[in-house]
Amino acid sequence: MTGTLHRLSRRSLLAAGLGATAGAAAFGLSGCTTGTGARGGREQIVVAIVSNPQMQDAIGLIDHFRNDHPNIDVRFVSLPENEARAKITASVASGGGEFDVVMISNYETPIWAAQGWLADLEPYIAETDGYQDDDIIPTIRQALSYQGRQHAVPFYGESSFLVYRQDLFEQAGLQMPQQPTWDQIREFASALHNPAEGFSGIALRGLAGWGENLAPINTVINTFGGRWFSLDWEPMLNSPEVVEAVSTYVDTVRSWGQPGAATSGYGECMTHFNQGNTAMWYDASAMVSGIEDPRSSTVVGNTNYALAPVMETDYAGWLYAWSLAIPETSRHKQAAWDFITWMTHPDYFQLVGREVAWEALPPGSRLSTYEIPEYAEISGHYAEPTLTSMENATQENCMVHEVPYEGLQFVAIPEFQDLGTRVGQQLSAAIAGQQTVREALDQSQRFAESVARTYGWEG
Amino acid sequence: MSTITAQQAGTGRRSTGTLLTAFTWVVALVFFAPVVWMVLTSFKHESEAAASPPSFFFQPTLEQYRNIFTADAGPYFLNSVIATAASTLLVLVLAVPAAYALSIRPVKRTQDALFFFISTKMLPIVAVIMPIYVIAGQIRMLDNILTLIILYTAMNLPIAIWMMRSFFLEVPGEVLEAASIDGASLLKTMRSVLIPMVAPGIAATALICVIFAWNEFFFALNLTAANAATAPIYLMSTMTSEGLFLAQLSAASVLASLPVVLAGWFAQKQLVRGLSMGAVK
Repeated sequence: MTGTLHRLSRRSLLAAGLGATAGAAAFGLSGCTTGTGARGGREQIVVAIVSNPQMQDAIGLIDHFRNDHPNIDVRFVSLPENEARAKITASVASGGGEFDVVMISNYETPIWAAQGWLADLEPYIAETDGYQDDDIIPTIRQALSYQGRQHAVPFYGESSFLVYRQDLFEQAGLQMPQQPTWDQIREFASALHNPAEGFSGIALRGLAGWGENLAPINTVINTFGGRWFSLDWEPMLNSPEVVEAVSTYVDTVRSWGQPGAATSGYGECMTHFNQGNTAMWYDASAMVSGIEDPRSSTVVGNTNYALAPVMETDYAGWLYAWSLAIPETSRHKQAAWDFITWMTHPDYFQLVGREVAWEALPPGSRLSTYEIPEYAEISGHYAEPTLTSMENATQENCMVHEVPYEGLQFVAIPEFQDLGTRVGQQLSAAIAGQQTVREALDQSQRFAESVARTYGWEG
Repeated sequence: MSTITAQQAGTGRRSTGTLLTAFTWVVALVFFAPVVWMVLTSFKHESEAAASPPSFFFQPTLEQYRNIFTADAGPYFLNSVIATAASTLLVLVLAVPAAYALSIRPVKRTQDALFFFISTKMLPIVAVIMPIYVIAGQIRMLDNILTLIILYTAMNLPIAIWMMRSFFLEVPGEVLEAASIDGASLLKTMRSVLIPMVAPGIAATALICVIFAWNEFFFALNLTAANAATAPIYLMSTMTSEGLFLAQLSAASVLASLPVVLAGWFAQKQLVRGLSMGAVK
């Protein structure tokens, strides 16, 4: 009896288990689709983008694209920068094929294009009437090209510059030069710093990350005459120039910077400035979209802009562009290009201005953006610094010594994502006061040495 | 003298009890404060949510909730419901017989089997994500809800087997013998005797599985894109590194938390009974 029960139990339970598995699988399958493809005669494309405000505006306007392209079904994957970057990198590098359009930067574009992971966009650009490729800011277009051929087109671009409170400078009798030096910035920060009132002289990024604190710090290193590697790939992170540059940055933010500087990224600094809690902020020129937006900023009308602070160089800005590219694995390249065309075409800027706000236009990608009358009217005080910064964001203008790599605020080698993040962690610890600048840079030098050996350095 | 000592002892006990009660309240409030902050922030405008120091008196708005309902968030939540419900069902279907075999009718090498099950929880998920990603890509199962169902089932099965086993061990053997003497088949015994006795345990196990599956983020982030993304991914998509998002994120978090909170609320009697009768003593 027991034996029969035992056999029955196993058979019954096995059958029950398999039945339930099959049922659940069918249930699950009925509620899913399998990646990109055709849906009800419509071609589906999946677009992976970074969830910055300008991209959210594009998602909000997608019905305009759908009306013009009823046969293309656009689905978005929108994630914060770090998560989007990791996900897109994993997908494109492994040929995952989930995405038809990816948002990447001028850091990834030439590296990925060299690997054959991105579609060459030149044929698509050539066949698209009215795309006006020569309207794209030249330094950006060059940064998104590999062997002279564009593999991504910019959605918005940025350099770096300094925003300051014009009203407070006037009250204090201070005069901001069009292009200040770091010594002047330190004097201004010292004069306006008032911790008793919760007011800081300056806001600077301290949050660890190659796209966070390393971006501004690298421009300081460049203008102080420092560099990551010499021409023969010798690491230079503990050279006197780099030590002086990083010491200046760390001392400035520790002495007159915002509270919690070691964990402040772009977003935290913007909030700090927008809330009227700091006198200056050195960061991405794309900041204007937030600072000049009365919906999020309390300082609209009281701001002015200056070029990135310098020391030994003519200019010191960085160059970055959130751009759209098509992975080679996409099976819907024409539909993907149709979407990219819509999102980067001059007409799109008119659409954003009419439907969202003129101050919300994606800045720094097209020269013609700054000729739109409505935008020119509101961007008068930051249009020129933006364009000047971007047009001069080259290694020739912003660095003292020649280097064996591309990039200003990054080193355009695949290892830099990891190396930069680890160095950024060291510098963030120095900003937090957990170690000295010298200790942070000595450790960073050791990180850089292991990378340098893969490029032939024999130290 | 002894009366005074007893009074003093009584006063001391009352003081200790009062202090413990006060301490418990403080700890409870500290733990609950982030939830209150999240709910309050969800009714603020973005600029108010970002204000420092934070404001506790403000004009409440439903703007953030309106944005979510107009932002096509439904598919994310639907995917979460499908993945959670299907995986929990599968886990129960597999865990109940497995736990039965490992408790009431122990198979050979029961301890080895139990250790094997729990050992699968010792490997960090991040260590296996790349092989899983590559395999899913090769068999074209990326961005597919079925992939999440399978993974969530595998993820919850070990803990469910362990929990269910401890519930089954609580069942007196005499009850099963009585059922057997009365001529009940195994299925009859399971349906009429065993399952009703461990129902609170099944409810507790199911709720744990629901919570784990509903909140799962890492697999969903790495293995889904536009079609199978779940509610935690929607929460993530409301964040941005270049703008204000706290109020929007808080509203989305409140909505994402509600199903689990409600499930726990409705099942709390079963849950308390279940947790106190078996595994988590």
